Amino acid sequence: MEKKNISDRRKFIFNMAQGVGITVLGGFVWSAFIDEAKASQLLLRPPGALKEKDFLRTCIKCGLCVEACPYDTLMLARPGDHRPLGTPYFIPRDIPCYMCPDIPCVPVCPTGALNEKSVTTDGHLNIKVADMGLAVVDAESCIAFWGIQCDACYRACPIFGEAITIEYQKNERTGKHAYMTPIVHSNACTGCGLCEHACVTEKPAIHILPREVAMGKAGDYYIKGWDKKDEKRLKNAKAIKSTTEINKKSAIDSLNSGLKDLY
Amino acid sequence: MVKLWENYRYLILRRLTQVGLLVLYFGGNVWGWTVLRGNLSSSKIFNTIPVSDPYAALQMLAAGATLATDLLIGVAVTTIFYLLIGGRAFCSWVCPINMVTDAANYTRRVLDIKRVQGNKQPASRNIRYWALGLSLVISAVMGLTAFEFISPISMVHRGIVFGLGFGWAAIVVIFLFDLLILKNGWCGHVCPLGGFYSLLGKFSLIRVHHNEANCTLCMKCKVVCPEQQVLGMVGKESLPVLSGECTNCARCIEVCDDDALGFSIKSLVKK
Ligand code: SF4
Ligand code: SF4
Ligand code: SF4
Ligand code: SF4
Repeated sequence: MEKKNISDRRKFIFNMAQGVGITVLGGFVWSAFIDEAKASQLLLRPPGALKEKDFLRTCIKCGLCVEACPYDTLMLARPGDHRPLGTPYFIPRDIPCYMCPDIPCVPVCPTGALNEKSVTTDGHLNIKVADMGLAVVDAESCIAFWGIQCDACYRACPIFGEAITIEYQKNERTGKHAYMTPIVHSNACTGCGLCEHACVTEKPAIHILPREVAMGKAGDYYIKGWDKKDEKRLKNAKAIKSTTEINKKSAIDSLNSGLKDLY
Repeated sequence: MVKLWENYRYLILRRLTQVGLLVLYFGGNVWGWTVLRGNLSSSKIFNTIPVSDPYAALQMLAAGATLATDLLIGVAVTTIFYLLIGGRAFCSWVCPINMVTDAANYTRRVLDIKRVQGNKQPASRNIRYWALGLSLVISAVMGLTAFEFISPISMVHRGIVFGLGFGWAAIVVIFLFDLLILKNGWCGHVCPLGGFYSLLGKFSLIRVHHNEANCTLCMKCKVVCPEQQVLGMVGKESLPVLSGECTNCARCIEVCDDDALGFSIKSLVKK
């Protein structure tokens, strides 16, 4: 009897250990797979989408936003698409977001992954504050920068004259023509992709990138001295003190050290 | 004809339910029907009643997402529904993978694979609870819904509603796994959603009940049952199935020629 008890307990412990072992192993494979699956960072999400990290944990992958879109803009990532599985995205060169004034895709979202508040101003839905991405012009392949007249993107833009403006410049090569080049303004552009859709070049010379990817950041050290308001940013600037061999002594000492050789 | 109905009525009803739901979801996406929109993860019935997958919501919670009111209502609706009719009724009446695993099981019987592999099942049926726990841990650590990213159930269902992509591969893998490697492998051993619904099913009202007096020990019920361990009392005692792992598929009821099995309401039995 005594003996049998021990062997039962051993069996139990062994089974537990086996369970834990297999689980840990499975956990590694599972995590690695998910890590791989969410690796693609260049996705464009529907209007009102939370920040990518929050979006990934909040979206339940129901496709209600996809069904609500009257233009078939949105798709759910399928296996083989190499995008986070089941999450909604769009490819503007194929079908851009047409910026519906009533934004039907957002209120249907049951989880708040598409956040109605983020596209509401003064209590009304306002698609113009959506931030799906930012258009970026590739000046090398945009034919307007070559001096060939084209303003397809400028005309396609639903925030006409604000998100894209045309800049005039003298064409020094011919001496008598003008460059009329498109310039995107990040404060107005929603990333709808109508410009990318309309671009005439073989591969679009203007394309939408997620804002975090498209935009840089100068940091608080560089201040527009001619702009009084910009100087306020100085308040945020934090001094970073680093110590190197050379600046352990005061700066003057460092400059003067070694001078004795001259005398 | 009557015999056919007698022996397959629940199977026929189940297939009708499964396929019917798929058609309604598909119509919701493609033709704009409003009966059911969305998919098994979360949907709207008649554009008003929200229903959502409680297990997905649990993973969202573990991942640190804030749960919206709509979602919570949807989860409550689903949870109450399955609490009443048996958690794993989802598995046998709704889940599209059921058709795949049933097909694998049927093929298994036709090819008599049991003869090659013998009767012993090498894996524990508790794997699903480990997977369930693991999914919550991974969700918490990685900040996303772990099972939803690999779930063949959502993959296939979404695939049928929104376009399959490589999703068919999931179907093939599960079919082959159940056919060649482990009997009732996916639904009966691995699936954490099944594990979750098993836990819900512990409290369910509707149960399969066994009447020992009628039983002739033919054991046909155990042959068809995907969770045969829950039929432990067959031929021994008159008891309802108590385990939440029973899928309420009712196959045992209809293959029993001796009227020894039937549905019962748990609370009435207890009295
Ligand atoms: S705003 Fe309109 S076009 Fe754009 S994604 Fe939403 S529903 Fe589709
Ligand atoms: S409606 Fe919301 S939860 Fe559903 S797929 Fe779209 S973003 Fe995700
Ligand atoms: S993406 Fe293009 S078309 Fe859309 S708002 Fe921005 S500049 Fe205009
Ligand atoms: S449509 Fe394309 S090529 Fe034409 S101006 Fe715009 S970016 Fe340049």
